[in-house]
Amino acid sequence: MNDLLIKFILSAGTLFIMFNIAGLLTWVERKQSAVMQDRIGANRASIFGMKAMGMFHALADVLKMLSKEEFIPEGANKFLFNIAPYLSVTFALVGFAAIPIGGELVLNGHSIQLQAANLNIALIFIFAMMSMGVYGVVLAGFSSNNNYAFLGGMRGAAQMIAYEITMGAAIMGVIMVFNTIDMQALDRAQGAYMLGGWLPKWGIFVQPLSFLLFFTAATAETKRTPFDLPEGESEIIGYFVEYSGMKFGMFFLADLVETVLVAALMATLFFGGWQVPYLHADGFYFPWGGHMAMANLPVVILGVLSFFFKVALFIWFLMAVRWTLPRFRYDQLMNLGWKILLPISLINIAVTAVVITLLGR
Amino acid sequence: MENLDKYFDPKGPFAALRVSQMKRSWKQSNRRELNWWENTYLPMLISGIYLTSKHFFYNVTFHILHLFGIAKGTKGAVTYQYPEMPRPLSSRLRTRHRLTKREDGSPRCVACMMCETVCPARCIEITAAEHPDPNIEKYPSEFILDLGKCVYCGFCVEVCPEDAIRMDTGNLKIAEYSRDSMIYDKKRLMEE
Ligand code: SF4
Ligand code: SF4
Repeated sequence: MNDLLIKFILSAGTLFIMFNIAGLLTWVERKQSAVMQDRIGANRASIFGMKAMGMFHALADVLKMLSKEEFIPEGANKFLFNIAPYLSVTFALVGFAAIPIGGELVLNGHSIQLQAANLNIALIFIFAMMSMGVYGVVLAGFSSNNNYAFLGGMRGAAQMIAYEITMGAAIMGVIMVFNTIDMQALDRAQGAYMLGGWLPKWGIFVQPLSFLLFFTAATAETKRTPFDLPEGESEIIGYFVEYSGMKFGMFFLADLVETVLVAALMATLFFGGWQVPYLHADGFYFPWGGHMAMANLPVVILGVLSFFFKVALFIWFLMAVRWTLPRFRYDQLMNLGWKILLPISLINIAVTAVVITLLGR
Repeated sequence: MENLDKYFDPKGPFAALRVSQMKRSWKQSNRRELNWWENTYLPMLISGIYLTSKHFFYNVTFHILHLFGIAKGTKGAVTYQYPEMPRPLSSRLRTRHRLTKREDGSPRCVACMMCETVCPARCIEITAAEHPDPNIEKYPSEFILDLGKCVYCGFCVEVCPEDAIRMDTGNLKIAEYSRDSMIYDKKRLMEE
């Protein structure tokens, strides 16, 4: 019973936090793009004269979308049409269940892993859920009875399949080095140190190429601007061209949730997740010889903060990329995916395997 | 320029001609083959992100300083908050017309019809009447200017011998809900 309650609180908390980060991203996106372009950004929506730097625009958006007419085109497959946005959002959200947001918390003698679902195949679970996300895209395009939506759906399917493979192959390097697919164990393994205890053994330091590949493929997976061909606002208006109201809002939300998920994945796989450099389970051990003892609770809190700091950093970077780079042409996108990224990631696997064998682990 | 066969068949008809054309056009457009490093897309990617991030951090720094009331003189954005803070207008900008007045408040216009004649959009319509002062001779009993037709060329201002019509109100907000309310009569032109 107690375990069940803890699990419930954990999963509800994770869902709540991630949902809110995704909602906040609409504000972040507006403001960051504005500041990058020397503008101010949305700042007019106010509640009782309070503007809170335009933060209420997110609320105003939701209200607008909820109160809009819901339109289902003639000849659409109603069931698939209605279910597609839910699939998109759900599969994006479920992935968070397996992401560890913190280390091991000891409460009254109970040991709690700060991870909603403590799966030992967490990585594969997340990848499976991310791949399922393509169903939302394809079904939306397929069921709208609109050629443009269909085109967007097809593009989305082709792109996501192409980049999923690269993403999986890029991650192989990390799995081989740390020898696990359990996210919590992966994080713990990244608490080791190299170069005489100076350099944390994070994924980025042992597998830099793998990080670059994963970053590119994951950006493509979020379907945002350098890779936004399924949406293609300027020419085909994408797989959700027929959606209106909150259903469109859900596709929009799914994109943002995926951005958070990808940022969390990058933080976990390559930047040590909740690891803080030189912080061990009982305090800091500095490589120059100092030791600062700490209780379990502050260590865990520091870990959680460090995880969210890393996630925020990656979200910032993903946004910067999204507002800087122009879109690829479709053939360039396919060339990049199949002819460049995939071979490099396969070579990366081979080289990693050889090096690991030579070093004898 | 080496591998032209990427662009067309070098053994096909008129190949020599096309090669020479191509060389000329490439020379004119300063185009060249990208080298290997440029083809990786990385240098442009990095320089692009560097540029936008530079703007981001510069602006964010000043936005944060402004919160504490420091460095108000340096702007973090080029935005003018329009309705509250209109953009400064050049004094030469042609804005909505007005009819200038004599000291007693009557229009300076002598109804010479010069502006009505020169107006390319034919949007001025003047009804002349006799002025009690024989030195002035005429005055407009009605002066109608249809801003819906006006093209803001400024000819009416230039041609007026009496400096009676000017375009210096600084008013750009002439949008209305109907065409009729964009027709300005003498009263509106003198008072608004
Ligand atoms: S600005 Fe040009 S178009 Fe407008 S009233 Fe004067 S002469 Fe006519
Ligand atoms: S040109 Fe000047 S004086 Fe003549 S009718 Fe027009 S406004 Fe009046």
